[in-house]
Amino acid sequence: MIDHDKLVEYARSATDSVFVTMLDMAVTPQPEHLDRKPPMVSDGVMALVGLAGPWIGAGVVTFSAAFAIDVCNHLLMCEETAVNEDVLDAVGEVANMIIGSFKTQLEDDLGPLCLSIPTVVYGRNFTSRSVGTDDWVVLPFQYKGEVIELRICLSPSKNSVPNHVGSMQCA
Amino acid sequence: MDVLVVDDSAAIRKILKRVLQQTEIPLGQVYEAGDGVEALAGLKLQQVHLILSDINMPNMDGLQFLSELKTNQEWKKIPVIMVTTEGSQAKVLEAVGLGAAGYIRKPFTADQIKEKLAGIVW
Repeated sequence: MIDHDKLVEYARSATDSVFVTMLDMAVTPQPEHLDRKPPMVSDGVMALVGLAGPWIGAGVVTFSAAFAIDVCNHLLMCEETAVNEDVLDAVGEVANMIIGSFKTQLEDDLGPLCLSIPTVVYGRNFTSRSVGTDDWVVLPFQYKGEVIELRICLSPSKNSVPNHVGSMQCA
Repeated sequence: MDVLVVDDSAAIRKILKRVLQQTEIPLGQVYEAGDGVEALAGLKLQQVHLILSDINMPNMDGLQFLSELKTNQEWKKIPVIMVTTEGSQAKVLEAVGLGAAGYIRKPFTADQIKEKLAGIVW
């Protein structure tokens, strides 16, 4: 099991580490909350990475289009002005590093977990739905007036072998 | 020294290429591949002296790629450094067991890459 505070601590530490190390951007964590609704963005970029193993779920990072461009420019030291392939790729990789780093910390508590390849969605007025019924832990961060949101949904897998009995083989 | 960078993220390939150019390694060509399958195909065409590879990739992941590489007489001596978000001890041990020369966790700093390369290349 993992308690809420530990999950929040891991998620904040992973996000801070990626933004500081790879982007030279210090983001400020805002108070977290629980949300029954899946991640929704009306105009921006959403990057999703799945988690599987004894616990299953997903991590979703959402950015405004303008902030996604800023993230790409910091990561690649370029000067993009519109959301393009490079921006989507950069945002996907940032999400991958955040969720990956979060996953590594979680494994000490939950056992081995697997990561999916990131999926990035960009558009306007789109909505997303999840068939799961668990709450999402929503962790907003601020950077110069922009808000980045990390959402985590995690629940025990019904098919997993308990940690103390054995470990799941990740592909 | 010719290097092959294997990662499904073009962003990471660009970053690694930039870091390689900042090192004191006498750098020749830097080739890129998006997964293990592309990397193996590229190696049939170009000889390289060092490989930096991600683990989580579509088609063929980095550990499968490393395993294939080490069974080939011609390629098995090429040092491979894994650069990946897969930070668990189990994955590190698996990669080392398969013959990885080094392991760098993402997120990384340019200095971490340079330091790791210095220990392997020189």
